Amino acid sequence: MSAAVGTTGDEAAEAAGPAIGVFALQGDVREHLRVLAALGARTSAVRAAPDLAGLDGLVIPGGESSVMDKLSRLLGLAPAVRAAIDDGLPVYGTCAGMIMLADRIANPITGQQSLGGLDITVQRNAFGSQVDSFETRLAVPAVSADPVHAVFIRAPAVLQSGPGVEVLASVPAERLESGHDCGLATGFVPVAVRQGNLLATSFHPEVTGDWSFHRYFLDRVVRRAR
Amino acid sequence: MSNITESSAGSYTSNPADPTPGTIEDSGQGSPRTGTARVKRGLADMLKGGVIMDVVTAEQAKIAEDAGAVAVMALERVPADIRAQGGVARMSDPDLIDQIVESVSIPVMAKARIGHFVEAQVLEALKVDYIDESEVLSPADYVNHIDKWDFTVPFVCGATNLGEALRRITEGAAMIRSKGEAGTGDVSEAVKHIRTIRGEIAKLSALSKDELYVAAKELQAPYELVAEVAREGKLPVVLFTAGGVATPADAALMMQLGADGVFVGSGIFKSGNPEARAAAIVRATAQYSDAAAVADASRGLGEAMVGINVADLPAPHRLAERGW
Repeated sequence: MSAAVGTTGDEAAEAAGPAIGVFALQGDVREHLRVLAALGARTSAVRAAPDLAGLDGLVIPGGESSVMDKLSRLLGLAPAVRAAIDDGLPVYGTCAGMIMLADRIANPITGQQSLGGLDITVQRNAFGSQVDSFETRLAVPAVSADPVHAVFIRAPAVLQSGPGVEVLASVPAERLESGHDCGLATGFVPVAVRQGNLLATSFHPEVTGDWSFHRYFLDRVVRRAR
Repeated sequence: MSNITESSAGSYTSNPADPTPGTIEDSGQGSPRTGTARVKRGLADMLKGGVIMDVVTAEQAKIAEDAGAVAVMALERVPADIRAQGGVARMSDPDLIDQIVESVSIPVMAKARIGHFVEAQVLEALKVDYIDESEVLSPADYVNHIDKWDFTVPFVCGATNLGEALRRITEGAAMIRSKGEAGTGDVSEAVKHIRTIRGEIAKLSALSKDELYVAAKELQAPYELVAEVAREGKLPVVLFTAGGVATPADAALMMQLGADGVFVGSGIFKSGNPEARAAAIVRATAQYSDAAAVADASRGLGEAMVGINVADLPAPHRLAERGW
């Protein structure tokens, strides 16, 4: 398990590898832990507020956002993560993780809240039901020279984003479920965004074997914040 | 056959160990594909650590969603009622399924009879998110299961042992649940089945390559799939548990025994206080290794479902024996 797999040079500084937690209340926690460990991170599961101590970064996995929200508030994890976000903790959210990071949810279940931090409005299940779930290759020049393998599973999409948000990748808006086209200005809907130390994708790199987004998070977000 | 080898030999589960992106199912640039093994199995991955609840009305579906269900299973009668009322149990009325799909935003699953591929076609047309080819309904075919590779929608199937699980995966199941004995509130069969499956996987992992050929013969499953399970030490799909879970402690027990998540059928809406019990089972499933949290979740829930001891059930009424 060499750090050289994913990181580029600076072995001395990276000897120990960054400490990355995975938000582990529900969802595909295991997949993220495996990718991060293979890229040389020291990984841990985050189930309660004290687990956040000493982390260099946090990943919020895929899963059901309404369940993550409910459990994170019930267990007192939500305010602690929000405080860490406000303190500049790098966080990467995939799918449900994107919804958790969004300041606004267009179609929450009753009482659903998010952690917030990313100045975006997301639509849950924006592409339709499971039979509409898809995988594809996306051009993401900021992240990878090669197209990125992206798996969208009942995925959210970014309907609106504030001026501080950098759009890293988009898909044609025609893939959105009809009736969910909420007046997008262009024919494309963002599916990967970054704002400062917060990174979010509608899709799931952790189930593909394409590690480019995890590398980007470790090298370009976490390392710069350390 | 090529389907099977492609998706299993693609070692979807072991991809993080595979440094070459997109070595399997390379979709080419800009050509989105639906219904791939990765997309089907992926939804089950996202359900891990969650509770899937049986519901028979839109109101129940809403209660389940509000209580923290990760998905709901739409059906006409919960297993306890199927058991009590007898008769042939079939796929639900499409109107009912539509109402449930409309009422919630979490994934909706629905049951088709074993081998009834037209019920499955109907459920796919209704855009349910997962189909359960279920022994809880009356089997439509006592020889063949549905060819699940034929569908865009993913399937979950029941299994009592590893061979049965691997045959279902060979047929295209994207998720497995241990069967248990549905509609009883007696968790003993669920425990037996998850222990059996996990134990058989552990045994496979200890075998040498030449022994795996015989293991494949004995499990009545394809060698490639058996070898993959031996190598990875787990199924290539998510393993949930079902059948008899009625309390928060039952759910935590199944999680400690290695289930990835829990189906609760009659246990919630056949109990005294469904809202509280549903939320408590969700909490116990998430915090399954924290006894104090499970204790807290178990307080003040009112009556659990009455239940039937599996030992008192005459063999023809044991649902787990359906499917092969």
